[in-house]
Order: sequence, then structure tokens, then C-alpha cells
Amino acid sequence: MWDYTDKVMDHFKNPRNVGSIPNADGTGQVGSLVCGDALRLTIKVNKQTDVIEDAKFETFGCASAIASSSILTEMVKGKTIADASKITNQDIADALGSLPAEKMHCSVMGMEALEAAVQSYRQGGKPVIFEQEAEKIVCKCFNVSEEAIIKAIRTNHLTTVEDVTHFTKAGGACGQCKGEIQKILDKVNAASVAPAQAPKTYAQMTLVEKIKTIEKVLEEEIRPKLNLDGGSVELVDLSGNTVKVRLVGMCHGCAGAQGTLKNFIEKVIQDRVSKDLVVEQA
Amino acid sequence: MPKVVYLDNNATTQCAPAVVEAMLPYFSEKYGNASSMHSFGGENRHVIDQARHTVAEFIGAAYDDEIIFTSCASESDNTAIFSAVRVNRNKKHIITSAVEHPAVMEPFRYLQTQGYRVDYIGVDEQGRFDMQQFKSVLDEDTALVSVMWANSETGTIFPIADIAQLAHEKGALFHTDAVQAVGKIPVNVQEAGVDMLSLSAHKFHGPKGIGVLYVKRGTRFLPYLMGGHQEKHRRAGTENVPYIVGIAKASELAQKRLSDGIMDKVAALRDRLEQGILSQISDVKVNGDQEHRVPNTTNISFGYIEGESILMYLNDFGICASSGSACTSGSLEPSHVLRAMKVPFQFAHGSIRFSLSDQTTQEDIDLVLKELPPIIKRLREISPFSRMA
Repeated sequence: MWDYTDKVMDHFKNPRNVGSIPNADGTGQVGSLVCGDALRLTIKVNKQTDVIEDAKFETFGCASAIASSSILTEMVKGKTIADASKITNQDIADALGSLPAEKMHCSVMGMEALEAAVQSYRQGGKPVIFEQEAEKIVCKCFNVSEEAIIKAIRTNHLTTVEDVTHFTKAGGACGQCKGEIQKILDKVNAASVAPAQAPKTYAQMTLVEKIKTIEKVLEEEIRPKLNLDGGSVELVDLSGNTVKVRLVGMCHGCAGAQGTLKNFIEKVIQDRVSKDLVVEQA
Repeated sequence: MPKVVYLDNNATTQCAPAVVEAMLPYFSEKYGNASSMHSFGGENRHVIDQARHTVAEFIGAAYDDEIIFTSCASESDNTAIFSAVRVNRNKKHIITSAVEHPAVMEPFRYLQTQGYRVDYIGVDEQGRFDMQQFKSVLDEDTALVSVMWANSETGTIFPIADIAQLAHEKGALFHTDAVQAVGKIPVNVQEAGVDMLSLSAHKFHGPKGIGVLYVKRGTRFLPYLMGGHQEKHRRAGTENVPYIVGIAKASELAQKRLSDGIMDKVAALRDRLEQGILSQISDVKVNGDQEHRVPNTTNISFGYIEGESILMYLNDFGICASSGSACTSGSLEPSHVLRAMKVPFQFAHGSIRFSLSDQTTQEDIDLVLKELPPIIKRLREISPFSRMA
């Protein structure tokens, strides 16, 4: 059972502003039946003052999704479009007291619906579906863009893939994008924390450091994907720039083994460790 | 707090007062170690022997020593699976179903990463086992087939005897996780022809913390927990005398309920609930094989709304049920059982499982039938998808 605050329960049981505003000035939608939660937000805006005069919601989802939507409508009413746009998912969670970590994505959904509704208003009222036109979708299961992930990391100071999943749902189903999420985390967080010292290049490393670096990439980025197909890979030897590996499990003797070796394992090793490396079967 | 209407008996059941009473002396007065060389402890050896006999009879085992007491069905499942592959080192293929409990699913996934070929047999839209697929993948390299007797979420019963026979024809061992079957329907290991079977006491009014692994005599076996002579060296650990007494008493009571036709009455109440819901609420769907189903379970999907919200409202009336929705589990996807059945998404997220017991009354059912329709109506008013319905 979730530990919901009284405020969450109040907004879940007595949701404010349920419904849809006819001829709304802005309509924002996020989520879908497939994802398990979805929110449709409509707003009425005074065109002279840019003040949001009314907001209504319809939500498909759990108690915290309904509560997040309900409180969002209260938060935006009376605010100018500019002020409302500053509302973050953390503001929504704070207004509810708090949300369980696993449910933070409900507050993010609120923020995203608002973003879409504001965009819709600015474009003359045509309904906007959040991220339908996003350039780079990272999580294909839940249709989460790189942009949304970066925003969640920055706003909420996230540091782990699990955090990102809790806040955006990305990586929560098949898990294939977890490596990519880690890269985004590394990128965003590296930018905010200046490295004390430039990391050694591959060529500068000792042999042990080289082996450890390769093993780390195998463990974090390669094995999880192979495991999905019931296989795995072992590091057998490193001689010069040749990485010798053994494919095991389902990968062993698989017709696609050579392709996996060159197009996936070698590519990742080159990308993450050094472009000079080649990968071969031991 | 309102009176509790407990319709979540597939999650766990109340430990029957008679079971608690039978257990109590073995915590305090009769605390001896059954392995001791003094009669104070040694007397408990006879108590355990008697309990083992009761459980053996309950599941139709030919010999008492085919019963190994464990700490839970998850331990029984893990023990059975790892034993089967370790005694068959030359075989590298194992088969299970796509709708198993995680205590079976996870060991299979682990073995897959260790180089085993694994087939997860699918189910059709009614949750029925795909016998054709099973036959097509089964071969002489198959070390183990592990298929559940009844599904925890939908109650669907699988044709265990047929599956076991086919497995044996190819020389594979057959294990079944019978946690959701035992106590609800007659379970007879000899008639079904299984080599190993897991069960758990707390699903039929016994205590939590004790299970059984049945291992047919002559089945090659290696222990999972090592370090003691207990259970004939097949499961180390000081015998848990009070819980062993508890599972025996629970078995005795469950046997009586089955022979007295009590479970038929449970089925009648379940049908009353199901029919009541279907007749009062639109856009609902029963998940699972309604013909071959344990008598206490119904799994119903309410279209266009989400399960956790339904449960939270039911909770206000003291009604306890469970959901296969993503939100209730803390995961982000609906239950693997519903997905394997290809339940459409507009229904998968809004699934509710009601699981009854012999303690369920008609008043309980009528309370649900009174309170549920307004809850569904209210949530559908909030949902943006209801207009699609």
C-alpha cells in the first residue's frame, strides 16, 4: 500500500475541476491508455491579461495521477501564462505534501500536460499532444524523449537510472534504453560538476586499468542487452588492441553471433573505450 | 475502520483459529529439538511424522517421505528447479509457462543467462496453455518442465496430467507450482503424475512461513539448503515444529472443506459476484478460462479506468481486493499474466482480482455489488477515455 499524504487522498477522493472546457483556449494531452496513465488539461485564458481564468482536467490513472492533475488545476488558475509555465513537477509534488518516489512520474505528467496546454494556447488553441513531435525518443515503450529526461534530471537533481524511471517512466518496461539513460545522466551531471581532473585517455591507462574499463562497459552496457536474449559475454584476453571475448548462453553458437560481436559489442567498446579496439571471438 | 470484507485470499488467507491453537504449545511448552537424543525433544519427532503423514494424504502422495517441509513455496520452487537441472547436467533445455509466479520465472531467467535454452509457453486470450507450442519445443534435451497448476491472477487451471505425461515421454522431469490449487480443488500427485510439486500453507488458512516440496520417490534430487541431516538430508535447518503442526492442521481442514462441498458454495458466491458485476456495469471483461478455473477466483477488467484507483475506493468500504494494474505493483507495466493473454491495454490497467474463501458471506458479495458500480461510474467520469467507450 502506498503512503499517500492526506492531501493526495483529498484530491483523489474530491478531485477539483474535473471535465473539459468547451472551446478551450489551450488543450494539452500527455500519456495514453497503453502507458497506464494519461491526462487531458484544458485552460481558459483572458487574452488581454494572459491570465488563466479556468482549468479543467480528465485523467486516466492511479490515485496520485488524479491528485496531481486536480491540484495542478488549482495551482494554475489566476496565474498568468508566463507564471504558470514556471511550475515544475516538484512544485506539484510539494503542493500535495509529497509523493512516493515511484509515483513522481505523476507530477511530471502534470507538468508536461501544462507545457502542452500553454503551447496550444500560444498556437491559437489547437490541441497539443506532449512530445508527439519530439525529435529523439529514448524510451520507446513509454514514448519519453531525451529532452524530457534531461529536464527531469535538471529539475530534480537525479543521479541514477532508477531515479529517472521513477520520474519519467523511461526504462520502466523492457529496459533496453537504460544504457542510453545512463549516458544522458553522465552528460547532464558532468556538465554541472566540473571534473577535478581530466580522465586518462585509453592510451594513458595501465593494462589493469584498460581491462577494468573494458569489463565495466561489458557489465554495464553490453551484458544487460545480451541477457535479454538469454545470453552473455565473457572477457577472455586483451592483447594489444584486440579484445578477445567468449559468447555464452544463447549467444553461443547463435547464427547472429558474428553480427552481435562486430555490430554491437565492438561498436559499443569502440564508442565507450577506444576507437582503436577490435573485438574477436576467443 | 469499516468491517473488513476480505476478497484477497489468493494473496493470503486468515490462519484458522484451530490451526493457531494446534500450533501454540509448540512455541512454549513443547519447544524441544526434534533431533535431540532426549525424549523431551525427541517426542516432537513423532509429531512431525504424523504431520508429514497428514500432508502426504492430503495431496495423494504414496509415501510420507515424499514430503519435504520448506519455509515457503518460493523456496520449494527454487529447490525443485535447481535440483532438476543439477541432476541432469547433460541436458540444456528447460520449459515453463509465460504466466508463472516470479518464484519460478526468476530462476528460469537466471538459468537462461547461464546458457540454458528456455521456452516460455504462451497462453491464449482465455489464459489457456498452448499445448501445440509445448509439444513443438519439447525434446530429448529437455531437463525440466515446470508449469503451474492454477494461475494466481485468473484462477485458470492448466491440464497438469497431460503436460506431465508429455514431459515424461521425452524423459524430462515435471514440476508444478500448485500454490493456488491446493485447498481450492482436489490435488492428487499420483493421478496427475507429477515428479515435484510446491505448495504453501498460508493460501489455505495455514500460517505464513511454511511450505512443502513434494518429491516423488525415485526422483533424483539435490538439496538447495545444505548443512543438516533434516528431512533426510534434503533440506537443512532445524525442523519448524509449530509451523509443521500448523500446515498439517490446515491440510486436514482443507481436505474436509473439499469433501464437504464447501468449495462449491464458494464458487456459487463467486459466480454471484461475477454475474452481478457483468449485469450492472458496462465495458467489463472477465479474464481467464471460466470453464476451468479454481472456485474462489474471478478477475475482471473495467475498461478505461485504472485499477489502483478502484482499489483505493473499495478500501473505504473495507473491501480488500487486488489489481494487475501497473500502478499497484510499483512497476510500470500491467501484470505479465494479462499481457501474455493479450488483454487490450484499455482493459489491462483496470483489472481487479476478487479471491474468495470459505469465510466469504453473501453479505460481503452484496456489499461489493452495491458499492462498486458508483465507484466505476465516478472514475469513468474523470477519465478522458470514457467517451471512447
